[in-house]
Amino acid sequence: MPTRLPGGDAVSRKGLEQPLGRRLWHFPGGIKLRHWKKLSISDAIEDAGMPEVLTLPLDQRQRVLPGSQPGPLPELAVTPGQRVARYQRLTASTPGSTAHLHAPTSGTIEFAPNERALRLVPDGRHEGTPLPPMPDWPAAAAETLRERIYEAGVVGLGGALFPTRGKLTQPARILIINGAECEPYISCDEMLMRCEPEPLLKGALILGQILGAEQIVVAIEDQMGKVLQILAGAVAALDAESRISVIKVPTIYPEGGENQLIQVLTGLEVPSGGLPIDIGIVMQNVATAAACYDAVAKGLPLVSRVVSVTGRGIRSPGNFRALLGTPFAFLIDRAGGYRQPVSRLLVGGPMMGQAVADDAVPTTKATNCVLALTEADTKARAPELPCIRCGECQRVCPAQLLPQQLLWHIQDENWPAVRQHHLADCIECGCCAYVCPSQIPLVDYYRQGKAQLRDIHDRDQEAARSQARHQTRDEKQAAQDDAATRNPSDAVADAVAPARTKRQHHD
Amino acid sequence: MKFEVPAAAPHVPAPVSVQGVMFKVLLALVPGVAAYVFFFGPAILVQIAVATACASGFEALMLKARGQPLKPFLSDLSAPVTAVLFSLCLPPLLPWWATVTGMAFAIVVAKHLYGGLGFNVFNPAMVGYAVVLVAFPLEATLWLAPAELAAESLSFGAQLKAILSGALPPPVTWDAVTQATPLDMIRTGSTQDIMISEIRESSLFGDFGGYGWEWIANFYALGGLWLIYKRVMSWHAPVAVIATVVLLTFPVWLTDPDTHPFPLQHVFSGGLVLGAFFVATDPVSGATSPRGRLLFGIGVGLLTLVIRRWGGYPDGFAFAILLMNMAVPLIDRVTIPRAFGHARREPPEL
Repeated sequence: MPTRLPGGDAVSRKGLEQPLGRRLWHFPGGIKLRHWKKLSISDAIEDAGMPEVLTLPLDQRQRVLPGSQPGPLPELAVTPGQRVARYQRLTASTPGSTAHLHAPTSGTIEFAPNERALRLVPDGRHEGTPLPPMPDWPAAAAETLRERIYEAGVVGLGGALFPTRGKLTQPARILIINGAECEPYISCDEMLMRCEPEPLLKGALILGQILGAEQIVVAIEDQMGKVLQILAGAVAALDAESRISVIKVPTIYPEGGENQLIQVLTGLEVPSGGLPIDIGIVMQNVATAAACYDAVAKGLPLVSRVVSVTGRGIRSPGNFRALLGTPFAFLIDRAGGYRQPVSRLLVGGPMMGQAVADDAVPTTKATNCVLALTEADTKARAPELPCIRCGECQRVCPAQLLPQQLLWHIQDENWPAVRQHHLADCIECGCCAYVCPSQIPLVDYYRQGKAQLRDIHDRDQEAARSQARHQTRDEKQAAQDDAATRNPSDAVADAVAPARTKRQHHD
Repeated sequence: MKFEVPAAAPHVPAPVSVQGVMFKVLLALVPGVAAYVFFFGPAILVQIAVATACASGFEALMLKARGQPLKPFLSDLSAPVTAVLFSLCLPPLLPWWATVTGMAFAIVVAKHLYGGLGFNVFNPAMVGYAVVLVAFPLEATLWLAPAELAAESLSFGAQLKAILSGALPPPVTWDAVTQATPLDMIRTGSTQDIMISEIRESSLFGDFGGYGWEWIANFYALGGLWLIYKRVMSWHAPVAVIATVVLLTFPVWLTDPDTHPFPLQHVFSGGLVLGAFFVATDPVSGATSPRGRLLFGIGVGLLTLVIRRWGGYPDGFAFAILLMNMAVPLIDRVTIPRAFGHARREPPEL
């Protein structure tokens, strides 16, 4: 692997030497979208309340890629029929990239029919004990704080759901708190910064302390209005050493993407296949920072999150603090119900969100937005036609790929060419499909292409393993044959000689 | 409540269409065509009408034969764009059967036999033009003299009749209404050791290119610049074509201005401006990355000059385009841009 940083020429490297925000860089491509955020911006985050039953998927990641197998589930710490208290941990151990899950309220546990989710019937008392609070966290060791964040089930609430502890194991020079929620409609992060700036800023300090960060930056979008003043005021009040700086970035989709925001703030590119930590940077979402503060200072496990319930199909859109497991239908009722025939219900934004078939789907740690789009929003404006290679997709691609060539090679099943055009670097932001005059669902093709590449990779590895097995067996067989055709004393000598020399000698 | 789960994100449709792109291209050609009519009379409009009707007819036939739906493809306006570009390359009084033959090759062979919209390797308009040029060399050179300069001027009725019957009203001869093009004159002149300055004394020459033609070219360029401004096409190919022509002819002209046309003479002659903005930018048959489009344009400019200087035709633009179309797969392979987060140079895999 080359150690040289791509895009890290002398000029942009200076970005790390001086305080961030003195100048901003650009990321390639991107588009200006109508952002529709005003729909759901209000004065306060409302409490969603208690539904009749909470459904808790054991794998909280809502997005399952085509062709990928559902991941392994955490081991359970509860059994069906058991009564649980609020904040009680429901999982015993967690595999891979999943995190602990806690009971959002007190009640009785049941299994959902598919056994990949728990159902919790609330008893109405809403009682339980949190973890012991750590009010003296500024004096705590990094390891203690990290363990607490893991114990509280905190994951990246921007949507990736990567367990937060995993991003805190190496020291980093720069911590970026991502408040640039670039997708249209979604306003849960903006509302959090408007209404509850203190917890998230303290969370940022906690994360900065764990990482040993020299700089902490909260990045917000330039169309967020008062948020800058609110955050700046809160920073002045609680951060005497003013380690936190708030930086406004232009609102261009997909600015909130990890790689894109890092490039805008530092001029550096995260190496392909690498992580921000490889260039000394860690990024966390604003809601994640707030969850870390709750977990550390108050001892509260992650059992709720802010959800934007919005779109032109919702009567009175708004932001709600919802317990994990709350059905979308319950949240939509809280937002006044459906207003006009809804053509598509999404979790997430219109550019990267996932359509759901049923509004009984529960809120998870990944649910930042429930979006009801109407026919007027989703109706295709032209028929789908073949690609005319106009290249508009490549002009907006933030990963600097050639989407038109990728499409061509994927349709052609020319996998070496697909690899050569760096399909793996596609971030599925959807810019290409949004500007395609031929109305081609490009991201669909790229997801299927990625699944194919994974399959091919797995098959190749399996083939290499079995070839290796075969070779070993052949060599053993040859050794035995040799031994059988020679007299016993020779066989003893052979046993100590390397197999290859022996065979040459024999031949 | 249940909902339909359609294709994956994005869930908001693109606010653009192929039809919209093609419509803007047609719109951008309007000033050039208007100037054409001003200088040479309305015959070109008849050509455009005949070619467009043929293109649509052949398109419908081929879609039917290939079992493709008619409505989306007939309404995408790609066939009219081909027809108009084809018409603008040919003499306005070209007999109708030559136009039909050209469009048949453009739409049936160059477009649909290669797979239809988006799959044609060669630019259909240039294929049609090349076929007419090669198959009907006499008819393809019947260029009208500008209305003000012609010995006899033709009424619209007479122009129409000439296209339909191939004959002029009795006293008028072809010699009286047609003229050699400036490129023809330079070509024949230079073989007879006549100096460029003497050749240019003919009233057929304007300030840079041919009288009338240079203004038409200006209006084509205006339309092309508008398309670049509207982001319908990128600047790379047109700039590369024109810059190559200027940069290559400038030093040669400096060494001996008597035997070599000056750079702007080259730019404003023949189909260069029209081609640079409207043909070299054809996305389907051209290179696809910005760097690729630059290479493509450089190749087109270079080959045009080579054909003009040493080839058998006075203007080689169409052949330059077709030759570079063949090079596109190779250009695309060696011009894959550096992707985000990758090292600066990765050797192209051939």
